[in-house]
Amino acid sequence: MDPIIQIEGLCKDYRVGFLGRRARVLSDLSLEVRAGETFGYLGPNGAGKSTTIKLLLGLIQPTSGAGRVLGRPLGDASARGRIGFLPENPSFYEYLTGQEFLTYCGRLLEVPRGVLREQVPALLTEVGLDQAARQQIRKYSKGMVQRLGLAQALLGDPRLLILDEPMSGLDPIGRKEVRDLILRQRAAGRTVFFSTHILPDVEMVCDRVGILVRGRLMKSGPIHTLLGDQVESIELTVTTVPPEAFGAVERLAASPALLQEGRVMFRLPGEAALDAALAILVAAKSRVVSVVPQRRNLEDIFLEASREGQT
Amino acid sequence: MSRVLTIANMAFTETVRDKILYSILVFALAMIGSSTILVTLSVGGEGRIVKDLGLACITLFGLFIAVFIGINLVSREIERRTIFSLLSKPVRRAEFLVGKFLGLGLTLAVNIGVMAAGLLVLAWVLEDHWTPRILLGVGFTFLELLILTATAILFSTFSTPTLSAIYTLLVFVIGRLSADLMTFAAQFGGASLKATAVGLYYLLPNLSRFNLSGAVVNDLPLDSGTLALTAIYGTLYAAGILSIAIAVFQRRDFR
Repeated sequence: MDPIIQIEGLCKDYRVGFLGRRARVLSDLSLEVRAGETFGYLGPNGAGKSTTIKLLLGLIQPTSGAGRVLGRPLGDASARGRIGFLPENPSFYEYLTGQEFLTYCGRLLEVPRGVLREQVPALLTEVGLDQAARQQIRKYSKGMVQRLGLAQALLGDPRLLILDEPMSGLDPIGRKEVRDLILRQRAAGRTVFFSTHILPDVEMVCDRVGILVRGRLMKSGPIHTLLGDQVESIELTVTTVPPEAFGAVERLAASPALLQEGRVMFRLPGEAALDAALAILVAAKSRVVSVVPQRRNLEDIFLEASREGQT
Repeated sequence: MSRVLTIANMAFTETVRDKILYSILVFALAMIGSSTILVTLSVGGEGRIVKDLGLACITLFGLFIAVFIGINLVSREIERRTIFSLLSKPVRRAEFLVGKFLGLGLTLAVNIGVMAAGLLVLAWVLEDHWTPRILLGVGFTFLELLILTATAILFSTFSTPTLSAIYTLLVFVIGRLSADLMTFAAQFGGASLKATAVGLYYLLPNLSRFNLSGAVVNDLPLDSGTLALTAIYGTLYAAGILSIAIAVFQRRDFR
């Protein structure tokens, strides 16, 4: 099956400053997103995530490199008809109501009027704006504008959703709703490409991720492959630890012990250290509360990629 | 084509919901109405005063609409980033600009229509100087304003709103005086100066051709062949400017 997004060696330079010096914001980016998958595009602020998205949509032209979206060259108008896009910090016509704006977007997508009459109220309900449908957008809160942005991205039954920081500006409830919405799109077979730097959301909804740092793709692959099964450390929590046992176990630990409400938590580097620690603690008649293996999370991978990208 | 009309319709809605438009319109009608005061002060030629002032007001206030609303139609979309959600849909950049141009053209047509109606009513009520030639004068003013609308859109595709307004007003002033450029070139020596004046004459629109107020006010004869050529010239010039605007806009990055 052809990939939905395929880019090869994409570079983008901007001219900056009074003298128009060239600054490279995207370097030799190659990426593939397959049909039906949810791809999380991660990176710190200014990494080039929005630049990549604008290149995919033809809002900016690449300095070099090429790509295809839905089988068409970057920026192709017919491909854009099958893409739903939510821009970062979206802004819409303030003098229109939410309903008028969606109708306008639907007409630009050439959605038949009959379909639009059903789809607009349904989408407004889906994003929780049914009560504000006839309110001017200037009266919307930031979160409401974000929801309206999601609704316009879903208009016309797009095959590919490109969401630039969809959780930005939303409260925890709003974030959960967006997360659920993305999961519903995945269940409906849509391909979702979204950029974010809110990592817990990514682990919950993405099949694959790419980590971009300073315009370079540092890591890319399925989440479970990146995270791996390897245990990084083991957290051992115990109570009633005599001082001599405490000292012996702390020497085995990877970091200083944490003391909290009569409990002691040791972070041990591996199973051998755990066995040794348990032997000491059992002999000292301490009580074991929990043993929790710690695997790498996305934050570790993100920070590691960021460090590599800075050097 | 349907996308162009959708954008045109939205551009018209945007201008109609803009309070500035109503301020300009009310002020224009007040100015046209004020010619009744001048009529009472003059002896003879009252109809000429009404028509002269009326046509001048239509040009001036039409110019304000074309320039100040025209430059904002595109630059506001870029500044407020509303253009991202628009151009990420299957909308070609050419469709976007042509739609904006048609929308503003419709706004101008409606406003000029209202101002012209005010002028005609006044000319008829006050002096019974109603003449279809007033409509001809208004029509050519509309054509002139379409050239300026296209010019405002062209500048706003690559420049700031303030500079776009200044450039468009300069084009209006030089365009109205372009016949003098040839006189200037003929009278003064210096090959480079002459070449610059002749170059500007051919490059910038000859807007004085669209100003029929002298002929309308003084009932001078009008040659239909010249009028037809002027109309063709105006249409082609506006289309040419819009084509350049599209070419510039196609290459623009929306960061």
